[in-house]
Order: sequence, then C-alpha cells, then structure tokens
Amino acid sequence: MDTNGNTYTILYSAVMVVVVAILLAVAATQLKPFQDANILIEKKQNILRSVNIVADAKQATELFNQTIKELIIVNSKGEKVEGDAFKVDLKVEHSKPVDQRKLPVYIAAMGDKGKVYIIPLRGNGLWGPIWGYVALSSDMNTIYGANFDHSGETPGLGAEINTEKFQKPFIGKTIFDKAGLFTSIVIAKIGEKADPSNSVDAISGGTITSKALQKMLYDDLSTYQEFFKTLKK
Amino acid sequence: MGEKEGIFSKKNLKLLTNPLSNANPITVLVLGICSALAVTAQLKPAVVMSLSVTIVTAFSNLIISFIRNTIPNRIRIIVQLVVVAALVILVDQVLKAFVYDVSKQLSVFVGLIITNCILMGRLEAFALGNKPWPSFLDGIGNGAGYGLVLVTIAFFRELFGSGSLWGYKIIPQEWYIANGGWYSNNGMMILPPMALIIVGVIIWIQRSKKPELIED
Repeated sequence: MDTNGNTYTILYSAVMVVVVAILLAVAATQLKPFQDANILIEKKQNILRSVNIVADAKQATELFNQTIKELIIVNSKGEKVEGDAFKVDLKVEHSKPVDQRKLPVYIAAMGDKGKVYIIPLRGNGLWGPIWGYVALSSDMNTIYGANFDHSGETPGLGAEINTEKFQKPFIGKTIFDKAGLFTSIVIAKIGEKADPSNSVDAISGGTITSKALQKMLYDDLSTYQEFFKTLKK
Repeated sequence: MGEKEGIFSKKNLKLLTNPLSNANPITVLVLGICSALAVTAQLKPAVVMSLSVTIVTAFSNLIISFIRNTIPNRIRIIVQLVVVAALVILVDQVLKAFVYDVSKQLSVFVGLIITNCILMGRLEAFALGNKPWPSFLDGIGNGAGYGLVLVTIAFFRELFGSGSLWGYKIIPQEWYIANGGWYSNNGMMILPPMALIIVGVIIWIQRSKKPELIED
C-alpha cells in the first residue's frame, strides 16, 4: 500500500486526531473528580495557613472543619446574604458591580484568641491571577495571619509572595489608622516613607507583583468596610 | 527469518543498560538538560519527573514502533508529536489527580516533556526502525538514564542546599548556626547554576573513568 499518497496521508491524520481526542476526553472526564477534590483541599490548606495552621493534604479537611466554625456571605452594606460561602467564585464576583457582589467570610475559632475573620482576596499579578486570605482578629483591625499564592509570577521575584518570609510580617499590622480611617496595608519599597503599623516590605525585583498585591488588599478589603463596622459595634 | 530472540537477550539488555552509562542521554548525548536544571532542587520532584519521562519515552517508543510501517513519511514528525503530546497530557492529568502537590512543583515542566529532546531523538533514531519490544526497552533505558542523572543531582542539591532528603531532615538541627552550631545550608545549591555545575562534575568523573567517551 502506498503510504505516501495524499488520500492516505489525510485519512491517516484524521483518524489519528479523532482517536487521540476521544482518548484524552475520556481521561480528562474520568480524572476530573479527583482533580477537583485536590483543588478543594488546597483551598482549605491555604485558608488554614492564613490562621497560621500548616496542614498536609490528609489532615486538611478535618482541621478545616475543626477550625472554621462559620462560613457566611455578606454584601457591601455588611448585611448577610444566603449562599454557600465556600463555593463563591471571586473571579465571577469581581466582574459584578461592588454593591451586587457576594463577599465570603470564613470565621475561625482560635481558642483563647477568640474569633478570627478570614477574608478571601483575588487580584491580577504581573503574569496571571494572584489570590490570598487575610485573617483579621476580632477587633476587625489587626491582622492575625495572611497567606498569598499566585499562578505564574516570576520565580525568585514576584513568586516570593507565597513564602513565609513575605507573609509573616503581615501579622500584627493594622488595616485602619489611629483615626479609624481605612488604610489597608502598604507594600513599601525600602526607603519609601510608610507607617510601620500598616506597611510591610516589598519584594526586591518584584515591584509589579508587590504593587498588584497592595491593590488587591486595598480593593478587596475596602468592600468589607461596612461589615467590619457592624462587627465593631 | 532468523532464530527467535529471547525477550531479555543480551542485545535487548544492552538497550536497557547502555543509556545508563555509555549512551546516557544527559551526560553523553547532552539532551534534556533544561529540565535537569529546573526540577532537581529536591529529590521528590526529580523522581516524579524521571518516572514521568520514563513512562512517556517507553510508551511513545512502543506506540510509534507498532505503527511505524503505517506512518506516512511526510507527516511522521507530526504523528510523533501527537503521540508524545497525548501521553504527556495523560501523565499530567494523572499527576494532578493523584500527586497534586508534586504536580504543582513540576508545573510547566511536565508539559515541557513534549519538547524534551530525548523523546523525539529516540523516536527518530530508534523506534521508527525497530520492533516494538526493543523500542520499549530503549525507551525505558533512556528514561532511566535521564532519571539516574536527575536523581544524582537532586540528591546533592537537596542534601547540601536544604539539609534534607525527600523532605526529611538529615543534617542534625543542633549543627546549624541558628541553634549554636557551625553549619549552614549552601544557598547556591538551590539555584539552577549549581545543577549545571553538578552535571559538569558528573560528566567529568564519567569521562575520566571512561576515556573512550572523550571526543577530540
């Protein structure tokens, strides 16, 4: 048989593509449930890390259920909204106007330290999305812990936002100034004038990611201001 | 037809063992260097990467060898690419489903197995002209030869760079300066240039032991 003829070549490639496509489609659908479970577990691990609990994949669900006592959704006026807070997709919410957004809050019970409120964040880094969780102590001002991650920031530079070295300094910072004005957290370059109570050091060489993270903190935390006020009362 | 060859005849065994030393894809053929630099800061990703590459080389060799007489010569590179790409996507999906943390560490490098020169090299040079079983062995051999070097590099980099192996602390904690000792991890080990230096040292040792490998 002539394997170099045009008809043969075209038929051959068509059949090959169909066979491969079917194979991959079957594999992808079969493995999807496992992959989704892993993504959920990772989310739980990240949330736990924002309250300074390091859990491996096996313990994550159990520890999450023990620690996170309440999952609620609020709106920008600080009122509670019905829904499953864990399943809220921030990417979808961010495309809506602020007053229609669902704002999830995960409430953790941290023993003698009382209730801690975890706020999920999402923003745009240099190369792709960045996200994170900021845990606020019950004064709704002091940061109890923070965890950030990214999908493709530059290794060694912007990608450092998911390291402990970058995240630890957030602990103890405040997001309101002494007059009660919302300041969020400033990611300050060395030498930049910033109030040490609400700023942390930026990453050298990762300026765009640092600024993006600062913007993410400001934008997302500011939508919760009314909610913070109702809790402070 | 000649006499039937045994499954593990001397010739076939050579296909397995040759790539481990005299025809090692990394140290002798100098293929697949880029992933060798990228995923060897720790032992675990290096082992998973080696296994993934071995599976892909073995099965792509096997499949291509099976269909070698049907492939239209004009599109043979495309056919090879499709087979390799399909296998790599399968491996990537399986890793994401069952070893999620490792798959995150390997990130793009699993996908980049497609462009690993070892694969296309073996398909072109071996699988297109040999029967399925020897091709399969050749694939395993080359994957293992690649893996051997990767694991060796990762062993030294993790031990001296992070003081651990497979994530377990090996260097006693009291040795560290922070705990009043005298020891400190070598930060250079974690950076990619150190992988290149270790590859260089491995090549050096190998060639000084086997002078026949030295090119003019």
